[in-house]
Amino acid sequence: MSKKKSTFLNMILALFVITLVAGLSLGYVNDLTKGPKAKAKLERKVNALKEVLPTFDNNPVEDMRKIASDKAKDSIEIYTAYLKDRLAGTAVIGSSEKGFSGLVKIMVGFKPNGTIKNIVVLEQKETPGLGTKMKDDKFIKQFRDKDPSTYNLKTTKDGGDVDALTGATITTRAFGEAAQMAYDVLIEHAKPQKN
Amino acid sequence: MAEKLNQKQNFLKGIIKDNPVFVMLLGMCPTLGVTSSAFNGLGMGIATLFVLLMSNIVVSLIKSQIPAKVRIPAFIIIIASFVTIVEMVLEAYIPFLFEQLGIFIPLIVVNCLILGRAEAFASKNNLISSIIDALGMGIGFTIALTLLGAAREILGSGSIFDLRFVSEDANTMILFILPPGAFIALAYLTLAFNRISTKTS
Amino acid sequence: MEYIIILIAAVFVNNIVLSQFLGICPFLGVSNKVSTSVGMSGAVLFVMTIATLATYLLHEFVLVPSGMDYLRTITFILVIASLVQMVEIILKKVSPALYQALGVFLPLITTNCAVLGVAILALGLENGSLLKAVFFAIANSIGFALALIVFASIREHLELANIPKGMKGVPINLLVAGLLSLAFLGFTGLV
Repeated sequence: MSKKKSTFLNMILALFVITLVAGLSLGYVNDLTKGPKAKAKLERKVNALKEVLPTFDNNPVEDMRKIASDKAKDSIEIYTAYLKDRLAGTAVIGSSEKGFSGLVKIMVGFKPNGTIKNIVVLEQKETPGLGTKMKDDKFIKQFRDKDPSTYNLKTTKDGGDVDALTGATITTRAFGEAAQMAYDVLIEHAKPQKN
Repeated sequence: MAEKLNQKQNFLKGIIKDNPVFVMLLGMCPTLGVTSSAFNGLGMGIATLFVLLMSNIVVSLIKSQIPAKVRIPAFIIIIASFVTIVEMVLEAYIPFLFEQLGIFIPLIVVNCLILGRAEAFASKNNLISSIIDALGMGIGFTIALTLLGAAREILGSGSIFDLRFVSEDANTMILFILPPGAFIALAYLTLAFNRISTKTS
Repeated sequence: MEYIIILIAAVFVNNIVLSQFLGICPFLGVSNKVSTSVGMSGAVLFVMTIATLATYLLHEFVLVPSGMDYLRTITFILVIASLVQMVEIILKKVSPALYQALGVFLPLITTNCAVLGVAILALGLENGSLLKAVFFAIANSIGFALALIVFASIREHLELANIPKGMKGVPINLLVAGLLSLAFLGFTGLV
């Protein structure tokens, strides 16, 4: 097979050339994909915003506010959406560490009057087929058009109004806690206008 | 492998006789780890196929330039480079799949299948044979992963390639998308594969 | 407290072999005898700890500051491969007894995806620190050892069992692994 002798110089030279070529080509591909990577990330955020908020014409990602909270490890992100310079809605990222396998992160979209427009799940590690059903429309539906000041985000088992997912009560609790956190932040930092 | 292999046999061996998953038990970590759905299995299979093909091509081309004693580190660098390329491309263009496969993308580097083919085949054979070998092995691997993913998805979620065929309320065998189901489904698939391949040959 | 949770999570809840599917090759390959599986576990503990220490430092102080994070995979695997070689050489000189016990397993570890996997996972720990990363590696190698040794002792008994012909070998081993994994599933929700 190899025609080159395994002399010290040959070995060093061969490995050096291979590493050099590998490093250079990786740098090149990295530069090529840097733009699309950032774009893909942004697109996901914008898509999530479009799903949870009413129609808007500004760029909520640019108007994002970060708020430090003692409830969440990272700062909480608030996105404000406007349509023709009037408040269209607010999206808040809520999270809970109490999921079945840890972190559950959701984005909750609120209408200007503080009722929930829609919710999307951003991050979760729950049991496939049980906890992951919180992504299904069937589960999320019950939160739409509810005002958390009158609608209790705890499960029916805990005296609240939320129907828990079959076999995934813990996930449902975490989901409710994350939604409650999002609502608390909304009340505190972006006062909804009650009519 | 000094004598010229019949190229058709060379291609087919990776799919049936020496199937990397069912017969040689190579690359078991991604096989079990990512196959909770048919789509994930297919995605992982194609990513591995790409790395295997590219590394076989490069190794076969430069085999005479690499001193024998450092060939393994050299192969590892080549494989790791292609894996990193796959990682970056997936993150940029198919972020959904990138997230699903997670840590198993960088771990393609240590998939024994790829280093094994570079060492055992590409470093001893010409370019054309190496390409055909990589295609056969890669497709064999992809088929195995897709089959396992499909079996687990059908039993565990009642769907195939995300198309549901049972109602949302139906109780499916969730066990099969959980870790134990991976081992159990693969056990029976291997059994079936052995049975079929011994019968036909 | 935080460290106890990491330990329990790595050993029982998210067992590296049975629920994360890392290190399956040695799990299926060198588990036919309890004695060999103990040797393999020792070698993995050794290499995984040192490798995570080295890769964590490399990532924190070289790759991230220079913005070359994208070279992570390639540098980590090279570091692990050369570390394994170095450990082998040093062990041979310094402690022939330990080399005798672990030596044969060392070359196999380079392609053990558990080592690279843990090195990468250790970067993603919450509030990560060097100490935590190294502890995470130790906890995971204990989890690896537990799975491997339990599996090997079941396989030793299986030798004497009456198994249907077609199930012999790989299928029955996978099935046993599946049942073991099912048992570990009972730990979910513990932390």
